[in-house]
Amino acid sequence: MLEDKDRIFTNLYGFDDWGLEGAKRRGDWDGTAAIIAKGRDWIIDEMKNSGLRGRGGAGFPTGMKWSFMPKESDGRPHYLVVNADESEPGTCKDRDIMRHDPHKLIEGCLIASFAMGAHACYIYVRGEFIREREQLQAAVDQAYEAGLIGKNAAGSGWDFDLYVHHGAGAYICGEETALLESLEGKKGMPRLKPPFPANVGLYGAPTTVNNVESIAVAPTILRRGASWFSGLGRPNNAGTKLFCISGHVNKPCNVEEEMGIPLRELLEKHAGGVRGGWDNLLAVIPGGSSVPLLPKTVCDDVLMDFDSLKAVQSGLGTAAVIVMDKSTDIIKAIARLSYFYKHESCGQCTPCREGTGWMWRVMERLVAGEAEPAEIDMLLDVTKRVEGHTICALGDAAAWPVQGLIRHFRGTIEERIAAKRGGAAQVAAE
Amino acid sequence: MSVRRLDPNQPESFEFTPENLDWAKTQMAKYPDGKQASAIISLLWQAQKQHGWLPEPAIRYVADLLGMDYIRALEVATFYTMFNLSPVGEHFVQLCGTTPCWLRGADDLKEVCRKHIGEEGEVSEDGKLSWLEVECLGACVNAPMVQINDDFYEDLDAEKFERILSELRSGKDVKPGPQNGRRSSEPEDGPTTLKDSMSAGKAGGE
Repeated sequence: MLEDKDRIFTNLYGFDDWGLEGAKRRGDWDGTAAIIAKGRDWIIDEMKNSGLRGRGGAGFPTGMKWSFMPKESDGRPHYLVVNADESEPGTCKDRDIMRHDPHKLIEGCLIASFAMGAHACYIYVRGEFIREREQLQAAVDQAYEAGLIGKNAAGSGWDFDLYVHHGAGAYICGEETALLESLEGKKGMPRLKPPFPANVGLYGAPTTVNNVESIAVAPTILRRGASWFSGLGRPNNAGTKLFCISGHVNKPCNVEEEMGIPLRELLEKHAGGVRGGWDNLLAVIPGGSSVPLLPKTVCDDVLMDFDSLKAVQSGLGTAAVIVMDKSTDIIKAIARLSYFYKHESCGQCTPCREGTGWMWRVMERLVAGEAEPAEIDMLLDVTKRVEGHTICALGDAAAWPVQGLIRHFRGTIEERIAAKRGGAAQVAAE
Repeated sequence: MSVRRLDPNQPESFEFTPENLDWAKTQMAKYPDGKQASAIISLLWQAQKQHGWLPEPAIRYVADLLGMDYIRALEVATFYTMFNLSPVGEHFVQLCGTTPCWLRGADDLKEVCRKHIGEEGEVSEDGKLSWLEVECLGACVNAPMVQINDDFYEDLDAEKFERILSELRSGKDVKPGPQNGRRSSEPEDGPTTLKDSMSAGKAGGE
């Protein structure tokens, strides 16, 4: 088990002071100017060597993403945009960073912005996080007052402005180009790529969009060294990670653990285990609602990291672990997710706009067993026609949970249809 | 997608109070010259706070303030689901019904809403309460939960939720956050990690 000395978010639960004084006591803002003095190339190399992969869900290497920004400005400003539009069902980690450890994020914004030649950064907070936004803004105000950001930020010689921005309830704005559209004052509809944000992003200028957790871990990585971070976890899956454990466990919680921790150990050490014991487990969605579920047989020994979960046809996503015990109507649990994606589709691409509604309606009939057995394959076929045929990944995200359900619980669906038909036949016979 | 329409009953006009207008200017100053449209969500949000819900004259007013075409502002107001295009109760309950909350009893909370408030989307007769089922609010380890105005109420069950609604209705203050005694997102009977920080926080007289 990860030791406290190797934890980054030492005020995850907010037992200590969230403000500047507490943050400094916990080691934040220590030698920030010295880190910046080492230069852009050193910072980016160190981030690359740390093996940090983006914590927003896709797992793209953070250092490499930073290196995509132009080395010199062509006259356009550069921007860092932090994605705090945390909305993936099951996920509630960035919320804790913003309300309990906001200075980690703010210091990370300064260092990352410097490394990418940005003098301005926007943090896009989901609209519903009103109190979290107030807390973050209060921390930003503290940092300005202490000279840590603003002109000659933290004595580094770099001028840096940080702004807190917010949305108003649209899951799609967590997609980076939809987020940029929204930040520009438009509907959150994703942009076609290329051009990528590193070339044409916010206001047409080079922009990098990073998740809150990815930015907030950067100062600690740079202080303790890339080799410290890469020494935790497993090869290509380095470091520590915030896990959100929800659903049918005895003690749902957030916790920072080492990447690659066995799922069972994660649940039993921190969340009090599955309700009714491990054998009462039915399935787990290991990385937020978008990734396919895993049946218990896979959960028994799977490791929680990007590559291990990919190998079992799922994904680490945001590391939001949704646990379902044997009392769960698994078809209904996934149908509710289908409703979510139908509700949140922005409507721009036809396969997603129409397909999410179509998948949800069929799923609702499967919940009731009111379907033909052949419709299971038809539904699977529809998911394949949505997946990969849309501008952004929302179409894929809507398809994968349904595919996971059919892959592992086809028998359950068939039994329900048979029971309904058998019941109907009996009624007819009477 | 969700279909969202403007309310048939609209006020004659809308303008910000002087304080809100000053505040709006500070928001507009966050963005580069010529990019003031970026402030539209925060200005519409403030207009909604001022009026109780977001009427059409307010959307036009904000568009004028930002130099935007009305249609662009209307697009934003109808796209984002946190803009209430019709009146809501004084205490507006947004009930999370997505899978992590559903697994832990969100349906029971919906029943409480029907019993104590009425049908979804309707304002109670005394004007105090209305409710809506919404999508994941991002407090999944504290499920089931609701948002009431600006605050989250977490770790609920039917009984606790009923008490909260009746206290709000009678004008009492209710403490937001987890309702089962824990501080935030740590395991219910105390953290399994960071135990020192817990004592540090206490020693620091938090």
